[in-house]
Amino acid sequence: MIEIDRVTKVFGSAADAFRALDTVSVTIRQNEFFTLLGPSGCGKTTLLRVIAGFVDPTEGSVTLEGQDLLRLAPYERPVNTVFQSYALFPHMTVAQNIGFGLEMQGKPGEEVRRTVGEMLDLVRMSELADRRTSEISGGQQQRVALARALAPRPRVLLLDEPLSALDFKLRKDMQLELKRLQSETGITFVFVTHDQEEALTMSDRIAVMNAGAIRQIGSPRDIYDHPAERFVADFIGDTNFLEAELLTVEGERAEVRLASGREIAARAAEGGAGQGPVTVAVRPEHADLAPEGEGLLPGRLGDVVYFGTDTHFHVDLDAGGRFVVRRQNQPDQAEARGRGDRVSVRFGPGVGQVLRD
Amino acid sequence: MTDIASTRPTSMRDLAAARKREERRTRAFLLAPAMAILIFAASGPLLIVLVYSFLTPGDYGGVVWEFSLKAWFNVFAERDFFTEEIELADAHLSIMWRSIKLSLMTTVICLIIGFPTAYFIATRPRGTRDFWMLLVIIPFWTNLLIRTFAIMELIRNEGTFNSFLVGIGVIDTPIQMMFTEFAVLVGMAYVYLPLMILPIYASMERFDFSLVEAGYDLYATRFQVLRRIILPLVKPGVVAGSILVFVPCLGAYVTPRVLGGGKNMMLGNFIELQFGQGRNWPLGAALALTLLVIVMVALIFYVRAVGREEVRGHG
Ligand SMILES: Nc1ncnc2c1ncn2[C@@H]1O[C@H](COP(=O)(O)OP(=O)(O)O)[C@@H](O)[C@H]1O
Ligand SMILES: [Mg+2]
Repeated sequence: MIEIDRVTKVFGSAADAFRALDTVSVTIRQNEFFTLLGPSGCGKTTLLRVIAGFVDPTEGSVTLEGQDLLRLAPYERPVNTVFQSYALFPHMTVAQNIGFGLEMQGKPGEEVRRTVGEMLDLVRMSELADRRTSEISGGQQQRVALARALAPRPRVLLLDEPLSALDFKLRKDMQLELKRLQSETGITFVFVTHDQEEALTMSDRIAVMNAGAIRQIGSPRDIYDHPAERFVADFIGDTNFLEAELLTVEGERAEVRLASGREIAARAAEGGAGQGPVTVAVRPEHADLAPEGEGLLPGRLGDVVYFGTDTHFHVDLDAGGRFVVRRQNQPDQAEARGRGDRVSVRFGPGVGQVLRD
Repeated sequence: MTDIASTRPTSMRDLAAARKREERRTRAFLLAPAMAILIFAASGPLLIVLVYSFLTPGDYGGVVWEFSLKAWFNVFAERDFFTEEIELADAHLSIMWRSIKLSLMTTVICLIIGFPTAYFIATRPRGTRDFWMLLVIIPFWTNLLIRTFAIMELIRNEGTFNSFLVGIGVIDTPIQMMFTEFAVLVGMAYVYLPLMILPIYASMERFDFSLVEAGYDLYATRFQVLRRIILPLVKPGVVAGSILVFVPCLGAYVTPRVLGGGKNMMLGNFIELQFGQGRNWPLGAALALTLLVIVMVALIFYVRAVGREEVRGHG
């Protein structure tokens, strides 16, 4: 278990001081696939480097199983990193790269050789053991970097956007491969990405970061279905934002009045506001079109965009703003509605998410 | 259609081959002047020196065109003036030995100072590196003699260093540093240091410092990172720097002359002596060629040793 407690990192000083991490607190559980997700520059790498020991936090504490990590030098921490650029040693072979950590730990030669063999099998690189790292493809380099970091059996593996340099197909394969490795080794993975889809498919839990702070932590489903605030809802997936008025709130249950005057039950995020104007988020695929007069929000149909798997209906609401409804396509079902038709948007009680801000 | 399809690639290939031939001819033409200068300017004088080393010295310098092996004999041996016995030329050999020893020591000193300096500069923020490099290079724009005199000013008996030590009462008589091997060593290390720093810096600048982090991450200590990751990858710079310092040191003239005086002569000074007061041009020529051979043998040994380590290191 890694406990990161109120960690702050300020780069530079005085006038050009920059707060890369701002009182970040998070607990990462044993054997978890934990993802740090956020836009570029939000501090993901910095947080990872704090755990690895390459960045000293300005304030806060980091412990692993109760042990204070900040007192340990990087080479004393039972933590290994898969670097974004892989950082493979160009003067060593694939096998020598993988064995380096074990060798530095002072493991006997026999054990090093055996573990390197196992690791080569694990990442399916046995045939290329004696190649230089410059003589293998990007995907293979990625696997070597992974094997090199896994070989010393760290308690925690840190992965900094390890898949971002790979092309689409390879990335999909490696996502599954990483999941497999994580469950086979039982090592805690802390995975950094700016790709929301990657985060949603791979993680046990996700921490969404923005501007040096963690905005929400939860399971992929939690984060997707119940974004706590506008940034999270906007960053992950597509979302419709509706202006509404919060009437009552009781734990997670809230009652809101939409701009059309209709009242409906919605979910409230923890620590949300009391009564008054709020924003309600609704995922496009959680809403549907209804004949005029039946739904919640009347409007006029704008663009209808066909995407193969689904169709997007852009509805210009009478109350102002645009609402997108996404509907999965069925075979040979022509769309009868067209631009300019009067329609109404509807969604069920509890679907709308009242945002914190 | 089939005709065009089958003939076109052939003619294209012909065209490409013709262009390549043309390119080769142009390149040969462009290289010709440089090659001519290299061949005549480098091998011409060398040839003259070689010929002179097999001639008889003239009475007032110069040579008499009469074949003789005496100069080569005298490089290594001498005939006792009274007993006519042949013995090793101790004086010559000790000068050669001193040259090699001081050159090696200078190279090591430059390496010990130059490596951390290059590392320091290469790890500065990109914008300030040029400034640091400038500090290294500026002395290079100054005349060699002036730089040597500057060192002399520092270490002579009434110089900065001794005055300071005497002034604060650490010693009461100045330490004799001038006209010692130590003085020659300090002078040569100072003069040739940039030649060590520049190539090491060049390979360090290309060095990917994320590899250092990867090393620390994989439980390597500072020393292990230096030995297993940094050194193997900047070795080309270290090799180049060592050669660039060692070779001119072997032939150094000004610095040992000014700082070492007559007692601590090096090969360069001794060769000059033969062409000057010694009036023995053939001996000077033979000594110069001996120096050349020493340099070449040393280089071959060094490159071999470095190459072997490469094979071992990379298994
Ligand atoms: N060593 C540093 N010195 C100054 N600023 C830094 C340093 N490292 C990172 N930063 C800044 O901190 C912010 C967060 O960087 P980073 O953690 O790399 O973001 P991410 O990995 O999420 O893209 C960026 O604005 C970056 O410019
Ligand atoms: Mg990053």
